[in-house]
Order: sequence, then structure tokens, then C-alpha cells
Amino acid sequence: MGQEIMERIREANEAVITGIDDADIKHWVTIYIMGKAYRVPADITLMQAIEYAGYRFVRGAGCRAGFCGACATVYRTAGDWRLKTALACQTRVEDGMYLVQIPFAPAEKPTYKLEEEEPSGTTLLKYFPEIARCVACNTCTKACPQDLEVMDAIQAALRGDLKAVTELSFDCIQCGLCSIRCPAEIVHYHVAQLARRLYGRSLPVPGHVEERVREIEEGKYEEEFERIMSLGREEIEELYKKEQREKGGLKSRDASRVTRNGQGEG
Amino acid sequence: MKGRRNPSPITHHPSRIPYFPGCALKDQARGFERAAQAAMERLGYELAELPRWNCCGTVYSLSSDDLMRHVAPVRNFIRVQEMGERKLVTLCAMCYNTLRRSADFVSADPERLRRINAFMDEEDDYAGGVEVLHLLQILRDAITFEEIEAKVERPLYGLKVAPYYGCMLLRPREVGIDDPDAPEVMELLVEYLGAEAVDSPHKVECCGAYQTVANPGIARERVQEIVWAAARRGADVIITSCPLCTYNLEHHQLSVTGDKSSTRHASRVTRHPIPVLYFTQLLAYALGVPEGELGFEDAAIDPRPALSQRVGG
Repeated sequence: MGQEIMERIREANEAVITGIDDADIKHWVTIYIMGKAYRVPADITLMQAIEYAGYRFVRGAGCRAGFCGACATVYRTAGDWRLKTALACQTRVEDGMYLVQIPFAPAEKPTYKLEEEEPSGTTLLKYFPEIARCVACNTCTKACPQDLEVMDAIQAALRGDLKAVTELSFDCIQCGLCSIRCPAEIVHYHVAQLARRLYGRSLPVPGHVEERVREIEEGKYEEEFERIMSLGREEIEELYKKEQREKGGLKSRDASRVTRNGQGEG
Repeated sequence: MKGRRNPSPITHHPSRIPYFPGCALKDQARGFERAAQAAMERLGYELAELPRWNCCGTVYSLSSDDLMRHVAPVRNFIRVQEMGERKLVTLCAMCYNTLRRSADFVSADPERLRRINAFMDEEDDYAGGVEVLHLLQILRDAITFEEIEAKVERPLYGLKVAPYYGCMLLRPREVGIDDPDAPEVMELLVEYLGAEAVDSPHKVECCGAYQTVANPGIARERVQEIVWAAARRGADVIITSCPLCTYNLEHHQLSVTGDKSSTRHASRVTRHPIPVLYFTQLLAYALGVPEGELGFEDAAIDPRPALSQRVGG
């Protein structure tokens, strides 16, 4: 069972660029991956281009859909002195682009017992005193591929406004690009995560959550889980598509992508 | 462009003053701000909080070529500009000092400002000209103490108040809101509120500031001198305009140990610790703002017994 799941994950992560015939490509660009020039199709993403060039991702690739933050890229473009940042799966190649992947942002990650910490700015400063070094340069904001106001979040952390940090950082995907660029060496994404945890814990537990936890503990959903776990791949896909159609969230054309790589039956 | 928002249109009204709170006033010194807002409301003014403000930079950088340290103040001036305003008022003496000196620093040399503006390419350029003011200046010069006196509902008769200025309101002389050696703005304020101002020779001396972190003994010694000078002149309360001064004045009155750095006054000081208030708390109290809205409960040394004993609630 476990092996079968791993196999499915491996398949889902296969490069999407395989099987393209160079004769079908009309426009080409040259990009430099870690300093080496490669000629790649002009209308593909950085991630596809890196794979087209022959690299295989063992780290630095995840959802391929702009959600997971695994494919952080640092690049420069021809004629521009600025260092830029992006998610490789969400950014199109440009001619003359120099790039490198940052599959992991090194950062000390403190451990804490959430239930023993005060939901306050003092707690943030205790674990991340470097936030007081923020000079408001806004480099973190410029680096963020999610277009978050990262500096505003750190400024809110400095003044102990956990609610504002939570709201400003809610779409953070923890790619770490802000922290790689910060001159004050702040680890914004860990700061914001602690703020969200403290804020979340400080809120009263909503009635519907208590109700659902009770239902789970009483085993209300066990039978349904067992049924789904016993289904084969085709049955699960069919069930997923049916659910999506019922929710109206997935049009029939999109539903075909559920198979994978846009090569579905649609 | 990222980081840029359309500023909300603000109607120009002379009684609406753009206001920079600073981080401490949103966390450890909430009463300082709450009392100021309540007092200003009673005086017919509104402190309009700057949208998207950032930390002032905390300590003014003395390095003349370290332009990065001026990005934080200038970014706040851009916010004032976006409001269509020219003035910016602060309550915290530290914020006042940092912002005011930075405003002077960039206006003294267009090349400095040009380079800072070029770095902040996501913002509109700061054109210069924002005037940084401390609330005490607004009270003294724009509202006037006579006007304030006329609105006092709870005169502080019998209360002895020792103003403590510390450094940041007065020095360097170019940015000082009053005479750096013999200031009187807080004395005048408390007299107009009905209280008796207690003059103290240490009122313009440093509280120890950030030495309280690495060399607490220095701060402790400073605080004991300052507090004892006020205490022996009969002060019921001390007033400040700085959260760091307040922290030191409170904490080092209460933390005296057998430490060698404790001065000969230590035992006398700690036997009767003197409450430390922000000047806005005393102002709002005199203007009749209910006690529960003034943040007295956050004070390390409860000022309520002294106030009710003298002023009688």
C-alpha cells in the first residue's frame, strides 16, 4: 500500500515537459542556469525550462502550482541590475535570464511550547529578537513571490499586533526568499508562523469546531474513511470529479486535468 | 506597484493632527496613547494615526554616511505626505527625537534625500518639509495652557508632580522642545492642571536608557539618584514622556537588591516607591477622563492611591 502511494507521488511529480518535439517550438530563448547557457522554448516556466535543460528536481519542486513554496528562484534579467525572486513554477522564462534555485532557506527554528507562551509581542521578541533590527528597507516585501506586505507584518510584530501579523502573513508559503534577502537577518516566515499560532490559540474555540472534534472522537466518520481508503485509483478520481462538479468548483474542462499534466481524457 | 496604496483622502481640518504612535505605545505603554487620545478629544482635537507607519528607527544613527538608518523615518514622512499633511506629532520622546533629527538630516542635504528616495523605488519620493512635533509643543503652542486650564474638570490641587524630561525631548539643543538645562514646559502644564510642580536637579539627566539591558547597574544607579531627588522634595508622582524612561524609573525602583551599584538612597527609595505616569495620563485625569480609561492598571507602581489621596478621585 505504502509503496503504491509513493509510486503515485513519483508519477505526479514527473517533468511535464517530456515528449515535446523541438520541431514544434517556434520561439526560443537563452537562459543561464547556474551560469551555463541553455536554449529553451520561450513559453514555458522556469521550472519546465530547468527540466528541459536536463536537470531533475530532487528538492526545490513540490506542488508545481504556486502553493507550496518549494521552488524559490533567484534571478537577474539582461540589462537590469536588480536581483529578483520568484517561484519557478509560476514564472515564465525570459531571454538572457540568469537563475539559480534556492531549494531551502537556512534558518534557526526555535522550539517552544505554545501553551506556555503569552500571546504577545514580547513572546515574538523573546524568540526572534532580531525583528528589532528591522530598518524598514522593505526588501522582504519586494522579494515576496506571494505579493505579501512582509515588512508591514514584521512591523506589526514589533508592536505586538498579532492579529495584524496573522492577517498580513496568512498567504505565506514559507519559501524563505524574504529571509534570504533581509539585511537584518530576520526569519520573517518563522516569526509570522509563531504570531499566527499565538493569535490562533488566543481566540475562543468556535462552537462548530468543538462539535466536529466531538464527532470525530465519537467515530462518526470512521466508516466513510475506511470506505474511501479501500477504493482503487480510478474510483477515487471519479469520486473527486463528481464532488467537484457537485460543488460547481471544477468545470468539465478542468476536471480532465485531474488525471495529470493537462494530458487528461478531456 | 507593490507596496503602494492609494492614500485615503483626509479632510484638512486644523484640529486633526497626523499622529505617529510608535511601537511601545501599542504594546507596553498603551495607557500613554489611550490617555492622549482621550485628552485630545476633550480639547477638541483628534490624533489621526498615520496609516501603515513603521518603527521610527528607535535610536537616531550618529553615523553620517549610514543612509539606510534614515529609510525608516523617511518612509513615515512619505505616509504623512500621502495624507496630504505637513505636520507629524509624536508622544514618545524617543520617536520624537529620532524622527525630528532624521527630518533635519535629510533636509540638510538634497543628495542624502535623493539617494534614500532612489532606494525606496516602490514609494513616491519624499519631497521634504514634514514638521515633526511633540505633543507637549502642540499643547503649549497650538492649544495653549490657558485653554487647557479652562477645560480642567478635576483640578489636581495638592498633588506634587515631579516632571522628568530625560534626554530625548531636550538634546541636542537644535531639536529640543525647551531649554535643555532648565526646561519648564511640563512644570507649566502641571501647574495649569492645578498641581504643584516639584523641581528636581536630576530631571534632565539620563535614566540609563538601554544600559538597562547589558549594564543594569548603571541604570539602577541613575534611577535611584533621579527618584530620590524627587522624593526628598515631596513628589507624589513623577511624569515622563518616554516608555524607556518609565520602564527604568519603575523597574529600578522596584528591583533594588544588595547589588554594589545601589546607592545610599536605595533603601529609602524602595520603601516608598513613587508612581511614574505619562504626562498624558495626568492631563487626561485632570480633564475628567474616567480613571478606568487611563491605563493606570498597567503601571508597575500603582498611581491610584497617591492620586485619590491627594485629589480625591
